[in-house]
Amino acid sequence: MIRAILIFNNHGKPRLSKFYEHYTEDTEQQIIRETFHLVSKRDENVCNFLEGGMLIGGSDYKLIYRHYATLYFVFCVDSSESELGILDLIQVFVETLDKCFENVCELDLIFHVDKVHNILAEMVMGGMVLETNMNEIIMQVDAQNKMEKSEAGIAGAPARAVSAVKNMNLPEMPRNINIGDISIKVPNLPSFK
Amino acid sequence: MSDVVEKTLTALPSLLLSVDSQPGSAKLSTSSKLGSLIRNITELTSKHEEEKLIQRELSSIKDQVSSPNTTMRQMKELMVRAIYCEMLGYDSSFTYIHAIKLAQQGSVLEKRVGYLAVSLFLNEHHELLLLLVNTVLKDLQSTNLIEVCMALTVVSQIFPKDMIPAILPLVEEKLNHPKEIIRRKAVLALYKFHLIAPNQVQHIHNKFRKALCDKDPGVMGASLHIYLHLIQENPEGYKDLTTSFVTILKQVVGGKLPMDFNYHSVPAPWIQIQLLQILSLLGKNDPGTSEIMHEILEESLRRAEMNHNITYAILYECVKCIYTIHPKSDLLEKAAKCIGNFVLSSKINLKYLGLKALTYVVQQDPKLALQHQMTIIECLEHPDLIIKRETLEILFRITNAQNVTVIVEKMLTFLSTSEDDHTTIDLVGKVAELAKKYAPDNEWFIQTMNAVFSLGGETMQPDITNSFLKLLSEGFDSVEEDRKLKVFAVNSYVSLLEGEPEKLPQRFLQVISWVLGEFSHLQQDVGAETVVCLLDKLLHMKNSTSETKTWVLMAMTKVCEGAACAPLVQSVCETYSSSLDTVLRQRAQELQHLSRDPALRARVLPPVCTREPLEVDSSLSFLDEFVSEALAAGAAPYKPSHQRQEELAQTKAVSYEPYQLTLPISTTAHTHTPSLLSISSSLSEGSADLSHKGGSSSLKLEGVKRVWGRGGYEAAQVETPSPPQEGGDPSISHTPPLTSEDTESKQQEQQLASSMFLGLDHSSVTLMGKGDSTPSWLKRKERGQTPLNDAQTFTDPQELTDPSPLHVVSPQFPQSPVIANGTSDTEAALALACLDTNRSSTNQLEDRGLSLYLPAELSGLICSEISVLCSSESLELSACHVHKLRSLEMIVFISNSSDNAVQQIQVQLHSEQLEVSCASESQMEEVKGHSVVVRQYSLRVRKPSVHVELIGTLFHPETPQNVQFTYRLPLSSFIRPLTLSTEEYGTMWLSFSNDTKQNLTLVHSENEGPLRATLNVLTEDLHLHVVEIIGMEAIVACRLLQDQPCLMHCRVHGDALAVWLRSPVPELPDCLIYHCQRALQGH
Repeated sequence: MIRAILIFNNHGKPRLSKFYEHYTEDTEQQIIRETFHLVSKRDENVCNFLEGGMLIGGSDYKLIYRHYATLYFVFCVDSSESELGILDLIQVFVETLDKCFENVCELDLIFHVDKVHNILAEMVMGGMVLETNMNEIIMQVDAQNKMEKSEAGIAGAPARAVSAVKNMNLPEMPRNINIGDISIKVPNLPSFK
Repeated sequence: MSDVVEKTLTALPSLLLSVDSQPGSAKLSTSSKLGSLIRNITELTSKHEEEKLIQRELSSIKDQVSSPNTTMRQMKELMVRAIYCEMLGYDSSFTYIHAIKLAQQGSVLEKRVGYLAVSLFLNEHHELLLLLVNTVLKDLQSTNLIEVCMALTVVSQIFPKDMIPAILPLVEEKLNHPKEIIRRKAVLALYKFHLIAPNQVQHIHNKFRKALCDKDPGVMGASLHIYLHLIQENPEGYKDLTTSFVTILKQVVGGKLPMDFNYHSVPAPWIQIQLLQILSLLGKNDPGTSEIMHEILEESLRRAEMNHNITYAILYECVKCIYTIHPKSDLLEKAAKCIGNFVLSSKINLKYLGLKALTYVVQQDPKLALQHQMTIIECLEHPDLIIKRETLEILFRITNAQNVTVIVEKMLTFLSTSEDDHTTIDLVGKVAELAKKYAPDNEWFIQTMNAVFSLGGETMQPDITNSFLKLLSEGFDSVEEDRKLKVFAVNSYVSLLEGEPEKLPQRFLQVISWVLGEFSHLQQDVGAETVVCLLDKLLHMKNSTSETKTWVLMAMTKVCEGAACAPLVQSVCETYSSSLDTVLRQRAQELQHLSRDPALRARVLPPVCTREPLEVDSSLSFLDEFVSEALAAGAAPYKPSHQRQEELAQTKAVSYEPYQLTLPISTTAHTHTPSLLSISSSLSEGSADLSHKGGSSSLKLEGVKRVWGRGGYEAAQVETPSPPQEGGDPSISHTPPLTSEDTESKQQEQQLASSMFLGLDHSSVTLMGKGDSTPSWLKRKERGQTPLNDAQTFTDPQELTDPSPLHVVSPQFPQSPVIANGTSDTEAALALACLDTNRSSTNQLEDRGLSLYLPAELSGLICSEISVLCSSESLELSACHVHKLRSLEMIVFISNSSDNAVQQIQVQLHSEQLEVSCASESQMEEVKGHSVVVRQYSLRVRKPSVHVELIGTLFHPETPQNVQFTYRLPLSSFIRPLTLSTEEYGTMWLSFSNDTKQNLTLVHSENEGPLRATLNVLTEDLHLHVVEIIGMEAIVACRLLQDQPCLMHCRVHGDALAVWLRSPVPELPDCLIYHCQRALQGH
């Protein structure tokens, strides 16, 4: 399970922090500081894994990070997650941000912190990996953005109009899977009650 | 028409906004406010200025959010600013309520920000969260997909445990939603519920199965999260799904999924990883299940071509799986090759994983470490500390008596450069452990421990010092050795104190003073006054803490003797008897009195070796009188803290159900029956604890028992190139030609290697097992053990002329209590009552033939199926448990299938949840050829939990490793009926405070009413006692061994049976409810 996702810049300024477990405000800040301290002093040519920050759960936990230009992306996970899998998940996350913001940079993360959180929510839900396919994530986020535009157009309009738009269901979001072919049929399952 | 509407709609905002104050600039100004805030922050130079700026910002946000004119839209912008401030670590709790309001009242877009803010600001236990429940309920029912998605996301992030029943049906319904994204999120939300309150989602496990065969692979992938967790908790329960998982993996690997799921042209790598994790859990210690997955594992290994990071991730998981499941030699060989690729890779991440894989594997296959010894040596000098540490971890696991000095030296060198606290603590503990286990001599041991104490400093775990002092004081078998060790320690400490004691950490100084106090008299060369002088020096050091000073004073009290030290002692006493620290003052007083009166001192502080072990009365029974007097005087009885908290929580509990219409009073006859609708918080708390305990770290492979037999292991070894041998032979064949300088350093490395890997390929290696294999020099004195019974040895049944009369465990159990072999008649009656339900297991038991060996006094009692625990060489361990009225007996059968007798077999059992007492006096057993030895243990529950687990170790002199096994049994085995009257029940009911309420499904039967039928099922499966049945209600009682009662109140309510459980033990009701659910599910 993913316990926390942190993004901070080269100076340790937090740009995004998402904790999937409860910590007090002070502990969260301390975790960010300690993580930055651990990560920042590592060279470029060492491995991307770190073990055992004292604060975030001790030896059962791993920090997996990537450094892009001015930003560090750090995932704090427990021992059940695959290290390399998470490393590629970070890559997917960054590529997705790049697509959504068109050449993402640190400022995008600052000014659109809510959007970044929404993108993240499509990838990781409650600490579990939900979606790893970039196109699918972008499709979900776009669908919500469309909503945003249509909403912006009717802000303050009579309530009837609002509810009319709300009740128009979103256009289908087809996922190009050919349901007929995939045949994830699971044989020999006991019958369902 | 629609065009017209659209145009009107687009035109509307500009019109409407102009009514607002400064319409067009509203959005701009707020967003630029965030912008200017950030710009200002980046310009700041000090933390203090930042603080001031943010406080200003927060107060302006505060003004705006509370103003009634603020629109939802502006509120949204304010929230984003508040999120930013909160992220920087400033408290903006005044916005929390507005975040909830925004989620409640805003349009979809504003709602999204509202939900986001809520999930970032609040935690599961926050009171305000209750206000969100209604909003979530509404959004779950919305026709708008996005709203439903948002609600599910927030539910899986934070949701109050107590409120789960309110939304559970809605989330469940979403499992059948036509959109796969909704189904997926619903699955994950349910998983979250399972994590925090497993009892409440017990009934939808079947739906998880449905999710597993969902037509959308994404939903299937989401359900794997749940299965990974469930299987970790209880692998036995899901063995039937193995073929399904294998089939799924086969299809994924075979590229049957849509292209969508490919990542860098690898089909659904994350799903593959999870499936492999699941398979390794299922195949662990299970040859049959492992057999099913061999083929697909081989295919996975083959398909994963080395081209991208993610394929390595799959390979790594695959290798781990192969080493965890029941072994197959050719697979192991391929996996070992794979590990080699990782270790030798130039990519640092892969090297790290390779080393990690090696640490998992070395315990089972030390040869593999030998193969890579040169790489390991190189990694020791690697600039990356993480790599170095992982290498030391490997070395730690291959340490034996022969290479301990080299390895410990390496670890200490690393420690002296390490700055990270966590690493230091961890490594110091390891060095101490190795030193204790494998120390070649006294001198080395004391010196190593000195290094440990000085490097470990204050952060060291306290048990290292404790166990060191205990070791020194308890001493060893040989008196001479014992004295030598102590004298050496004294000498070494005296010289340390003569040096620069200022540099030593406080902990170490405390150890030194204790040792000098206790043992300095053994060393004749050092007089008492010298020691007192040295100790006095410590008192004058600036950095000595008062704790250290206390230790020093106590040491002085023990040492001071003779006139020489009197003046010094006198001055010390004077200084500290006026100290502000009361403890120090106390010690100084003691020192003063005892130094004047040697006779008194000899009585108060006898030398440690003559001291009798203290007996500690942990139950504090000497206070009983005091307590009863206080109670008689009207004091309130003591309640443990958890109970007090629960009571507090109960007063706060909220009923989330709408109030029902008031009915005429005549119909509400059952005013005192438990309310069905409020689920007590104690239930969910308890269950959450359970799930956390089970779930945390089961993937760790350390300490995994050695799963393959000699055959597979050796077969793998034959085909691998024979590894370089030990013994200073540097001619390693595959080293390329080198320049002279290089050769020299290479040779050094090789020498290091040969000393480090010494002893690894001897069959006599003592690898680090779980149990302690203390070398001979550290043989401790055995302290009082009270033997109970003899172990029973039987000869092989084949040798008996007529084996048939020995079938003692048969369903045809005679009614007469006399034949019950000493068991009381109630016990026999219990056995009889349950014999029907257990007949099948009894039959299986007979098939094994081992049942013949059951001790006679246990015959006729309910007995579980005999299962194989582990096997090693010709030995096989099996076990079963037998229900006695007063106890649960575990029987371990050690059977030897070879011709030769095996001697000195030792079986040790321990468990966190159970108390295990062995009924036989000898630790060692001898098992003759083709015979079986039976050992009997009686088990008692120390800490109730749904399943309890025993971890055992088989020590076997002929194999280098100890074999580990686990034995799981359900808590229901420890449940016995409790016979009492309705009145007694009534008084007991009121005195218990831990309770749980839950609705169970009713069992319908043709002959009896549903209540009767359900109770029958429960009493049969769980051995409950039905006290009384009154109409639609029943009261039932049982006890957990030994004497922990649990009372149950049942009432039929519509289609369900409302059950209310109470017990003095906090965990018991939850566990029992679980087993009730299981029992009813089975019908």
